[in-house]
Amino acid sequence: MKKDIILAGVGGQGILSIAAVIGTAAVDSGLFLKQAEVHGMSQRGGDVHSDLRISDKEIASDLIPEGKADMIISVEPMESLRYIPMLNPGGWLITNTDPYINITNYPDMQLVLNEIRSFPNHVAIDANKIAAKLGQKKSANMIILGASSIFIGLEYRRLENSIKTIFKNKGEDVVESNIVALIAGRNFAESYIKN
Amino acid sequence: MENLLLLGDEAIAQGAIDAGISGIYAYPGTPSTEIMEYVMNSKEPEAKQIRSGFATNEKTAMEAALGMSYTGKRAIVCMKHVGLNVAADAFINSAITGANGGLIVVAADDPSMHSSQNEQDSRFYGKFAMIPTLEPSNQQEAYDMVHHGFDLSERYHVPILMRITTRLAHSRSGVRRKEQRGQNQIHLPENPKQFILLPANARKQYRHLLDIQESFQAESDNSEFNIYYNGINKQLGIVACGISYNYLMENYPERLIPYPVLKIGQYPVSRPKMNRLYKECDEILVLEDGYPIIEELISSFFGQGKKIKGRLDGTVQRDGELNPNKVGKALGLVFPETRPVPKLVTGRPPKLCQGCPHIYSYNALNEALAGFTKGRVFSDIGCYTLGALEPFEAINTCVDMGASITMAKGAHDAGFSPAVAVIGDSTFTHSGMTGLLDAVNDNSSITVIILDNATVAMTGGQKSAATGKIESICEALGVEKEHIKVINPSPKNHEENMNIYKKEIMYEGVSVIIPRRECLQTAAKRLKDESRKKELDKINV
Repeated sequence: MKKDIILAGVGGQGILSIAAVIGTAAVDSGLFLKQAEVHGMSQRGGDVHSDLRISDKEIASDLIPEGKADMIISVEPMESLRYIPMLNPGGWLITNTDPYINITNYPDMQLVLNEIRSFPNHVAIDANKIAAKLGQKKSANMIILGASSIFIGLEYRRLENSIKTIFKNKGEDVVESNIVALIAGRNFAESYIKN
Repeated sequence: MENLLLLGDEAIAQGAIDAGISGIYAYPGTPSTEIMEYVMNSKEPEAKQIRSGFATNEKTAMEAALGMSYTGKRAIVCMKHVGLNVAADAFINSAITGANGGLIVVAADDPSMHSSQNEQDSRFYGKFAMIPTLEPSNQQEAYDMVHHGFDLSERYHVPILMRITTRLAHSRSGVRRKEQRGQNQIHLPENPKQFILLPANARKQYRHLLDIQESFQAESDNSEFNIYYNGINKQLGIVACGISYNYLMENYPERLIPYPVLKIGQYPVSRPKMNRLYKECDEILVLEDGYPIIEELISSFFGQGKKIKGRLDGTVQRDGELNPNKVGKALGLVFPETRPVPKLVTGRPPKLCQGCPHIYSYNALNEALAGFTKGRVFSDIGCYTLGALEPFEAINTCVDMGASITMAKGAHDAGFSPAVAVIGDSTFTHSGMTGLLDAVNDNSSITVIILDNATVAMTGGQKSAATGKIESICEALGVEKEHIKVINPSPKNHEENMNIYKKEIMYEGVSVIIPRRECLQTAAKRLKDESRKKELDKINV
């Protein structure tokens, strides 16, 4: 078992929380893990990404080679496309469709969506809309993770357990709302790939 | 033993705690900051009474660590690569005094300049100081090398340099802990003159440092971190330093490399091992994530001998961080074409946060300077360096910590007036105070703007040494009280602030303006912590 995952987004959007949940679940499953993060200057509203690698064999590089990523998980649509050269030809592109516009030359959203849909293996999800429906605006990242959970290759219950571990200190309600978001994302992706 | 999931930085911190340090010293700087933060946020160090907390700059941190070593206790000091420039005087001389209690200096380099102004390679400093240097390839080695480093340091009574790069510092992986060691008791150096670098003593100490170089060679030769792996195909021999070893391995999924490989994690380079590789192989490829230090060391100046490939001959890109693809290409491996980045993707550079106080400082300053020709604002290292970008384009220089004030002074000395310096609160106490004293002593007509957001913002909101002290420092350095102005950088004060800038810029003499408002990120974090504390208090009542 080996999964190379690129996590993408804009500084402050919570990709490191996604990484933490997958990472904890992977370690609990007895897998090896390497996860390279971005700290420092680029966190100030710039593009950020993280290379997350899990495997049942020891992992050599902290960085994923070009063209070898099994999936890109992005909390922002344009950012999902920034790392396309990393994706292997059959890889999955799982992305939020709600744009984070903090630049003046953000591209036409329709063109961004067309580009995303040009990938045979993709899930495009309006996580912010689902989050608003659930009445928990801050859980868009967990919805994206839920949508990705079908492809990650870890037992689903491990992800739920990992949320319980990581958010334990923030209270029962935070754990509960994150799990609700995870399920909503997963359900969305299941019906998305059927259609 | 326990298995932990740690960043490279955290592995070093945990290693130091477990290896029996009595103190850790540092100044924040990406990618080294998390070493100190991990110690400050762990419960164990508190129970063990390990000294922690950020210093005013890297030099004061280095000297305090040396002082702790003098007493016989173990200390570690951490900084980013350019921080070692600031600490260089203390660092180089600490090799001459030597250590007493174990002393490790960690320098975190930043190839590709993710968050820095250069990509200098700290291994040069190790060679310059003539002390053993350790370079881990992964998180486990980072942890293990701290133990090994303290052993070496106490065996030879020298400080040890540990060099990491951004990628290892900020990448997480599993780390197995070792048995924990107790701290040293106070025991002063056997030789009472060891730390007195009067020329007569310094000559002896230096001679001693030269004498033990052969021992460092022997240590490198026997080190578990320098390994020679045999290979069937001797057409090429590969030298892989630090993290570049991982990128090499990544290109051979079954981990079977046909060529002999010398993996280097401890310097000076083991001569016998390097000699064996050179003798056995037709050509040598050197992989190092930084400057071509080893490549230069083994390349012949006159172009004689075997072909040495690496960054100097163009086999590997001369600048920038290594990665699996760059290393694969250097090995002649061919990669399939990948789908390119769609053309519609645009850059998203970092920027000042929405509502950041610096925005309003720059808006007012830009307007105040509108009547003058451009190029008058000398700036410094911090979040406010982003003022160089659109829409502000408010600053004209960013060189090193503290250079804003002194460069403004130099420009004024040249007859370029008005000249304005923009510096952050923490950068001011780090390296700006002495420059301000120069300006006062020369009565240079410069305006110094000290942006006080009460934190070290760019590195994630560490405590600033300047908080609550700036006006008194400026006054003590001789700035006239009526020309030290504290303002609130908010949009509603724009006109008033702009007029203060204008007036002080016209003043003949040193003036200081302090726009003061807490960093939004720090404020948000503080409010969250406070409300959490209130909740907890409620439960506990």
